[in-house]
Amino acid sequence: MQVSMTVNGRQRSDDVEPRLLLAHYLRDVVGLKATNIGCDTTSCGACTVIVDGLSVKSCTLLAAQAEGARVTTLEGLAGPDGELHPMQRAFREEHGLQCGFCTPGMVLAAIGVLADNPDPSDREVREGLEGNLCRCTGYHNIVRAVQSAARSGPAAGQVPQGPEAAR
Amino acid sequence: MSILGTRVVRTEDALFLTRGATYTDDLVDDRLTGALHATFVRSQVAHGRVLAVDASAAREADGVVAVYTAEDVDLVPIPPGRPMVPPAMTRPWFAGDTVRFVGDLIAVVLTEERYQGEDAAELVSVDIEPLPAVVTTADALADEVLVFPEAGTNLMAAFGEPAPADFFDGCEVVVRQAVVNQRVAPVPLETRAAAAAWGEDGRVTIFCSNQGAQQAKAQIAGWLGLDPAVVHLVTPDVGGGFGAKIGADPEFALVAWLARQTGRPVTWVESRSENLVGMLHGRGQDQVVAIGGRRDGTVQAYSLVVDQDCGAYPRLGPVLPRLTVLMAPAVYAFPKVHAQARAVATNTTPIGAYRGAGRPEATAAVERAVDLFAAEIGMDPAEVRRKNLLPAFSEPHTTATGAVYDSGDYAAALDKVLAAGGYGELRAEQARRRERGDVRQLGIGLSVYVEITGADNGLGAGESAGMEVHPDGTATVLTGTSPHGQGHATAWAMIASEQTGIPVDRITVVHGDTDLIPRGAGTMGSRSLQQGGVAVHRAATELVELARQRAAEQLEADPADLEFDLGSAALGVRGTPGTGVTLAQLAEQEPLLVRTRFDAGGPTFPFGAHLVVVEVDTESGKAEVLRVVTVDDAGTIVNPLLAEGQRHGGIAQGVAQALLEEVRYDADGNPQTSTLADYPFVSATELPSFELVDMATPTPMNPLGAKGIGESGTIGSTPAVHNAVIDAVAHLGVRHIDMPTTPMKVWRAVQQAQQEGTH
Repeated sequence: MQVSMTVNGRQRSDDVEPRLLLAHYLRDVVGLKATNIGCDTTSCGACTVIVDGLSVKSCTLLAAQAEGARVTTLEGLAGPDGELHPMQRAFREEHGLQCGFCTPGMVLAAIGVLADNPDPSDREVREGLEGNLCRCTGYHNIVRAVQSAARSGPAAGQVPQGPEAAR
Repeated sequence: MSILGTRVVRTEDALFLTRGATYTDDLVDDRLTGALHATFVRSQVAHGRVLAVDASAAREADGVVAVYTAEDVDLVPIPPGRPMVPPAMTRPWFAGDTVRFVGDLIAVVLTEERYQGEDAAELVSVDIEPLPAVVTTADALADEVLVFPEAGTNLMAAFGEPAPADFFDGCEVVVRQAVVNQRVAPVPLETRAAAAAWGEDGRVTIFCSNQGAQQAKAQIAGWLGLDPAVVHLVTPDVGGGFGAKIGADPEFALVAWLARQTGRPVTWVESRSENLVGMLHGRGQDQVVAIGGRRDGTVQAYSLVVDQDCGAYPRLGPVLPRLTVLMAPAVYAFPKVHAQARAVATNTTPIGAYRGAGRPEATAAVERAVDLFAAEIGMDPAEVRRKNLLPAFSEPHTTATGAVYDSGDYAAALDKVLAAGGYGELRAEQARRRERGDVRQLGIGLSVYVEITGADNGLGAGESAGMEVHPDGTATVLTGTSPHGQGHATAWAMIASEQTGIPVDRITVVHGDTDLIPRGAGTMGSRSLQQGGVAVHRAATELVELARQRAAEQLEADPADLEFDLGSAALGVRGTPGTGVTLAQLAEQEPLLVRTRFDAGGPTFPFGAHLVVVEVDTESGKAEVLRVVTVDDAGTIVNPLLAEGQRHGGIAQGVAQALLEEVRYDADGNPQTSTLADYPFVSATELPSFELVDMATPTPMNPLGAKGIGESGTIGSTPAVHNAVIDAVAHLGVRHIDMPTTPMKVWRAVQQAQQEGTH
């Protein structure tokens, strides 16, 4: 079947199996490999992306269900000149990642947390990220990164609009 | 000022945060074009006789290129690989006669597309006649049902004899307790993955997720009977290992073998539910501790008996209790220590290393025992520890079990953590809550630990490193270590920069390619910095010396008269400005590179103390961790940002084991925790932010003064959390609760203690 959506600001249309998960669509069809798959029960959040402004686990959606949607993956966060999104910068400065596998999903989920609550407490960050698992960091520096990003301003809770939207 | 000891942010993160790391399943490589997808068919029965495997329907399914079962494989079964394990305990590539655990390999399906593999695997019909399963170590030791009848026993290994009958004679108080150190799942976020392709030159390139390319290559070549020279193993970025990715797994070798059989590249990535039964588990010890001494708090004798569950096939399981036995004396000056261990086969997933690997189990046992002793004599557990700690020492100390500690000041670590935690005030608050009979009671848990790191038994001597400076002024560092989150690309660059003056962002660290780096031991056992990092230090030092010789020839000067200027990475004649020649200029004339290795010659023994505060709801049994305060002395710290990250992650895994995580089986050996919906992996909500206290006693074992830090957090935090939960309900008459201290277990313990109290 044919599915059309905007991924990181670029409109695309592909012929896919109806049962294809959005996560596999992004990785295997679009070729964006930052979105990782860490489980098969929607438990780990490694595959989190932003769909129409909401952070969602891309293993819970079929590609077909994202028809017409605007999808942002980790690759779509930095500016055209390579300038890091405030959340990316905060993760780097606060050492919020180690092996990096949960990171793409964690960064996007964290943006979603700030979109809902621009100034979360330690506890609120933890509750907001409960669905994203990390084995390396003990979450300590992830929480610090999210709070540091929050202090940097409202852009930390927003996803950039891609080239299509800018037109 | 030296760059060492400063908080340099990671060089690897720029890519990790924008494009993502490149894990095995992310590879886009010409060699893998047109690869087949491997999907394994695994046993759903813990122990049984294989009556029939019918793959005919699967072979007809869409996209299926081939199906292989036991009868299609002519490889020699995998030997135990450990001299102490009975040789009959071999592992078949695919179970042909007997399945030995849920997850045992039965067949593999090769398909053009990933989804087709899952469809076709379900069409492989497997007929198994169930046999009684050996699930617990007690079942195994009974030797009534044998996992390997040919071996005549379930015993894989045994260390030491039982303690003599008079061991506790003369003690006023003796406390005995059975303690479970439960089986847990490592769950690196990246599951296992491998890909392989044979080239026209007759060589195979194997990509796989592991913790040491050279070791994985040697194992695969050995298992497949290949000349190691034809095997090129590449480790892409690795999404966590925690010990479970040490060496190679049979599936990796099968991927390479299948690529040869089919003449096409083959890739495999496992699902999480496959990973939770197929990847090695950790821990899995049933212990009995006994501790005796005087009512004044002096411990006179301590004994530990360990029954190690090794799972269905010998991996690191039979070796782990040796480390537990070695570390049994811990931080204490107990006059008598005795330890004994048995390692047994069961019909469960094989056991391997998991963050700490045998040492957390030793610390958990003794720290629980000390608390039991303190509770029995009614003395503050901090006081009992202080009374029994080894006095500070700076000369090597040999323990009752033969470990040689390099240096230690355990009382200082304990005092620091008590001060940082505000121990006196915490006990006062606890007393007030107890007095009031609050529903939410406070628990305070302590642990003081020493662990062994960089114990390279069997890995070969030390670690390799290389360094090359290029004409453009950049440099490449080669290392035999194998980072999978630890930040070696940054830390090794810092070490090389400190010696050569080349900026960190101009140094590329290369690892995990057996053609480029033929010798290496990898990353495990908290060895990397003290062996591999020091090897990089040596390589950089030797490189400057090589440059000095070359510059001396060029400048027609005595090498001793040359001065190396770090700021310009140049050598010049002392006192004669403007004469300098840079490393880059020297590299222009002739390649400027060195290869070296470093062998510390022995392990180091990091130590520390943890204090944990929990709140336990006595009506629901739920424990919440409020504070974790830790002192972890890993010697000289190269990059505090990275070292703290290691401590954070380690602490979280310790809290997870003490509070939540457990791999469970039913009585027939069926796993009850085979998805992440069932396995209670610790989340952000179950942890507080951590309070880290600095302490650094450099080790004399290497020129950097560095000890291991990767596993300290787990070793210290597990018993501290465990003790804290029990401490919260100790005044209600609870003496012990096994890990994980789930609400149900805590609630039951409270109920039982109250019932006993009213009789």
